[in-house]
Amino acid sequence: MNDMSRVERTVDSKDIKIAAKNVQVYYGDTHAIKDVDVEIEDKTVTAFIGPSGCGKSTFLRCLNRMNDTIDICRVKGDILLDGEDIYDKRVDPVQLRAKVGMVFQKPNPFPKSIYDNVAYGPRIHGLAKNKAELDEIVEKSLRRGAIWDEVKDRLDAPGTGLSGGQQQRLCIARAVATAPEVLLMDEPCSALDPIATAQVEELIDELRERYSVVIVTHSMQQAARVSQKTAFFHLGNLVEFGETGQIFTNPVDPRTESYITGRIG
Amino acid sequence: MALSWLLLILLALAVIGYFAGRSRSLASVGGDTRDLHSLPSYYGYNVALTALVPALGVLIIWLLVQPMIVNSTVSGLIPDQAIPEGSDRGLVMSEVRRVAYGLEGAVTSGAMTETQAQDGSADIETLTKTLKDSGQVLTQDITQPILVAAQKFRSMTSTGKVAMQVVVLALALLGAAFAYVRTHKEFRARNVVEQGVLALLLLAASIAILTTVGIVLSMLFETMNFFQLHSWKDFFFGSTWAPNFRGGSELSILPLLWGTLYISVIALLVAVPIGLFAAIYLSEYASGATRSIAKPLLEILAGIPTIVYGLFALLTVGPALVSMFGHGGTLGISWMASSNAVLTAGLVMGIMLIPFVSSLSDDIINAVPQSMRDGSLGLGATHSETVRSVILPAALPGIVGAVLLAASRAIGETMIVVMAAGAIAKFSGNPFEAMTTITTRIVSQLTGDTDFASPETLVAFALGLTLFIITLGLNIFALYIVRKYREQYE
Repeated sequence: MNDMSRVERTVDSKDIKIAAKNVQVYYGDTHAIKDVDVEIEDKTVTAFIGPSGCGKSTFLRCLNRMNDTIDICRVKGDILLDGEDIYDKRVDPVQLRAKVGMVFQKPNPFPKSIYDNVAYGPRIHGLAKNKAELDEIVEKSLRRGAIWDEVKDRLDAPGTGLSGGQQQRLCIARAVATAPEVLLMDEPCSALDPIATAQVEELIDELRERYSVVIVTHSMQQAARVSQKTAFFHLGNLVEFGETGQIFTNPVDPRTESYITGRIG
Repeated sequence: MALSWLLLILLALAVIGYFAGRSRSLASVGGDTRDLHSLPSYYGYNVALTALVPALGVLIIWLLVQPMIVNSTVSGLIPDQAIPEGSDRGLVMSEVRRVAYGLEGAVTSGAMTETQAQDGSADIETLTKTLKDSGQVLTQDITQPILVAAQKFRSMTSTGKVAMQVVVLALALLGAAFAYVRTHKEFRARNVVEQGVLALLLLAASIAILTTVGIVLSMLFETMNFFQLHSWKDFFFGSTWAPNFRGGSELSILPLLWGTLYISVIALLVAVPIGLFAAIYLSEYASGATRSIAKPLLEILAGIPTIVYGLFALLTVGPALVSMFGHGGTLGISWMASSNAVLTAGLVMGIMLIPFVSSLSDDIINAVPQSMRDGSLGLGATHSETVRSVILPAALPGIVGAVLLAASRAIGETMIVVMAAGAIAKFSGNPFEAMTTITTRIVSQLTGDTDFASPETLVAFALGLTLFIITLGLNIFALYIVRKYREQYE
């Protein structure tokens, strides 16, 4: 309950972190995302829900230009991060991805040690001046990933040797290590068991204090548990976007109501 | 009756058996196939296979065993004093065989009657003349013991042949009859045929394996013969390769091994970077269209016969290198005397290995999961950072395996080094000198007139076996590494 009161206290002072206006995405000839307008607030968890193939993951991947790696994918419209268009020619997608970190559906630790996994981002971006600083970043990130206590004695062990839930928290720590401003999570719990899911959800709630978090999920309970804002996608359209409580208790659009009550999907 | 006729009769029996079995099965249910346990053709196959397979098996074994029995019996007939000084029983036996075939040929062509051919007390000189006149090959005059042995050889062979035909045909008929009688609607022909097919597949697999074992064993026996004639210490630890067919050769593998490894290392220095970079380009950067053209083109290199690479080395690469590094060449140095050199062979062998390395590495790089790439790109790494820090380390064990496989190809490669490496066995670090390899020496020791009792010839088998063991070891090690890597992601 403490948690809830804090949310309410801070809700008014929030800035818009990402503003998407009139976004269209095409895969070859397929129009995958149609006219999406959404505003993602800072220090807030925003959940994207919707049936499979509705475009929520595609839209998420637009936010850090991961779709650039797919040849046939084209994005139109404006996506502004802190007021700057991320699809502007002057923006380096590589720099952007350091600012907008991403956690994937399947835990994907690199076949390296736990330490090297976390140090990967800081190393390529030159965030640490020396080994001591790097050690500090790694420890801080692992603590933020709520996995420090479990791995502090075996930082040299391979990251692939951890359990699924630990791997996913390691991947979150890895994403946090590059000091991002926004964290995108693409169904981060779909490959995890309920206990690991609970741990990751708790972690997401803690991450909200520092970052703007966007999470794609298939589980409506999860969206209700972890997010403050929810966007419902259907067939490439953003159907409804609003306070999570309002979306789940009093949806405006009949399609949203059908989906959350299980009639479409 | 010739063997081909026997085979034709067996085949005919099988075909007749097929139709007989099929129609008997149909007859047993009055034409209604639904009441049969198996489809009618299975009953046919059952009869055909039962007729054919045991008969063919006995035929093959008989053909292998009969010459051995005949040889050992006949060779026991030759008295010791009939073997001339400086010769041995084996040489006399080949003379016996020649006379036996000569008699057979003379009888067939009508130069001699059957009675004359079997006459043990025939006049030797007349007989020799008759045989030579009728065009039979004889290397020396026939002696009495050889004639007796040859006649015995001939009679045993022909008796054996008749017996074989009788036994094989009887087996085929018995088999067909047995299967035909068993054909009935309750009979599970389908299962029996299935078992038969399984047995055939097993036979094919074991023939392949047994052949390998046979190759190794034959090499092993000849190698043991070699080590009885030549000291193993000189072979493994000596320093000179100087075969001399008049005796007193120094036959050490070390200078040859040095040449082999030197050329292989140069080949790998060429093939590994180029092949690996090509694989990285193809799997990570090339568009689908480029890839679909470039990959098959690269793999065409793998289909070029190695002798063509040898010609390329001899006619193009060698002279080109000489015109650069040779006397009066473009670089103004005269390091290279002839186009036969370690560098020539190594470069061309490296070109040969490029598709080998690139194709294997390409598969391995593609096996690295996409989620690894996404993870790295999602952290703000560039494409080349991703390749360098994530994909290559993940693919490294597989790439090492590919390189080891390429190395074992390089060590065993023959044609290119025969044509481009030279024939001088020596330890030298100069890549512009001619050197020789294990494989070229095997070729040269075994070409031309060879005497399989001298160490100079038998050394080829010892060299071959050593080479085989080296490449086998490398292959096993490479496969072990590749397999260990595969377990990580699948």
